Amino acid sequence: MDHQPPPFFNRGPAPLVRLTFFVSLAILMMVLDARFRYAESVRQVVALAAYPIQRIAMAPVDLFHAVANYFGSTAALQEEYAALKTKQLRVAPDLLQLEALKEENNQLRRLLEAQERTPRKSVFAEILYAGRDPFSRKVVIDEGSQNGIQAGQPVIDDVGVIGQVTRVYLLMSEVTLLSDKDQAIPLQVLRNGLRAVAYGGAEGGMLDLRFMAANADIRNGDTLVTSGIDGTYPPGLPVATVARIERDAAYAFAKITLTPTAGTDRYRQVLVLSSEAKTPPPAEAEEPAQKPPRAKRSRKRE
Amino acid sequence: MELQAQPQRILLPAKVSFIVLTLALALLFDLLPWRNTAGVPELTAAVLAFWCIHQPRRVGIGIAWTLGLLLDVGNGALLGQHALGYAVLAFLALAVHRRILWFPLWQQALHLLLLLLSTQLLTLVIRLAAGAGFPGWTYFAGSFICAALWPVLSFLLLLPQRQSEMMDENRPI
Repeated sequence: MDHQPPPFFNRGPAPLVRLTFFVSLAILMMVLDARFRYAESVRQVVALAAYPIQRIAMAPVDLFHAVANYFGSTAALQEEYAALKTKQLRVAPDLLQLEALKEENNQLRRLLEAQERTPRKSVFAEILYAGRDPFSRKVVIDEGSQNGIQAGQPVIDDVGVIGQVTRVYLLMSEVTLLSDKDQAIPLQVLRNGLRAVAYGGAEGGMLDLRFMAANADIRNGDTLVTSGIDGTYPPGLPVATVARIERDAAYAFAKITLTPTAGTDRYRQVLVLSSEAKTPPPAEAEEPAQKPPRAKRSRKRE
Repeated sequence: MELQAQPQRILLPAKVSFIVLTLALALLFDLLPWRNTAGVPELTAAVLAFWCIHQPRRVGIGIAWTLGLLLDVGNGALLGQHALGYAVLAFLALAVHRRILWFPLWQQALHLLLLLLSTQLLTLVIRLAAGAGFPGWTYFAGSFICAALWPVLSFLLLLPQRQSEMMDENRPI
């Protein structure tokens, strides 16, 4: 006769069994997320569940900002007011000419039968928080697919490009900053139109301008703007200035480091630009814009 | 050397609501906008390890995994990275929970340091395998601070269980 012990001390499956189960589940999710991006729906659901928790977590910070604003001294406010006024005066002539120049530019482009640059729609958003993930550089903004944000849209602040929307939830979205290791942006030297691609991942939040010939005409202090040939970023937005150039005869390429113009540490307000509507996306229309290039290559090989 | 049996306080049973509350507060702390500040302790990991050690029948690997998943989504990290790390942390904590409470608090903190460091190392290896860059040695600073906070944490989290049930001057406990 087989006697089972009475279930006084029944504690379910052994810890090792549980560990194996949960670890396999986690590994499965990681593979699905990193390699195939199938885990987005899981992420959407959990994000919606976590949204109230995140808003509660934000509450003390919001309160701190509100209190700091309240007690912000009149002197500081007056100073800011004066600075803004001088800035407005300084840019006034440019602004006044802008309309005329825009019209003239459009006319000239029509003459050249070139594509007219259409104004883009933009969505105003605020940075909620920066993700606490030391491996990547991302911020979360408070607009999501409910307000028409789509993955791949460029994000700017008042002085330049800060990054690109890479993941959209219902009520918020994740913006990958230019300084992230996996982020690249096509640029153009403002001075001479030289095209290049900048990559994130240099230390201290700097950008790397890779694959520029050692004798390329680029100098310290040069301003780089978006070139617009990717169809994602509109052309002419300031991105970075050249901080350091190392030309070594041993290498074919110069090592060029850039300082990003925009800083996410200063302001919380950003503008999400809508993607260009004129150029229809290629055949895989529904694919997210941020596909890892490795996946594409492997498909070609098959 | 012989371990001296120290006088132990008889504790009240832990309340489930208190466990849930502390875990939720730790999660909120971890979801505050820290902006990659180096050395901010991962409180969720510490509180989780505490409850795994003190209440192994209530808090276990499943809860750890769920908390990790919430953190992953909240921080925009690789989905499952914290879940895996916390599941392993909970397992290790459950494995040592019978022994660790015999040690004085600072030696318990050393145990905890090892647990947290191995969890972080696991996360680091996973992220490096997934293609991220090395975030620098300050990445591990959080674990040391967390371990240093262990005595405080132990005191605070055991406080409700130390209250006597009926207030009475003549009661021994």
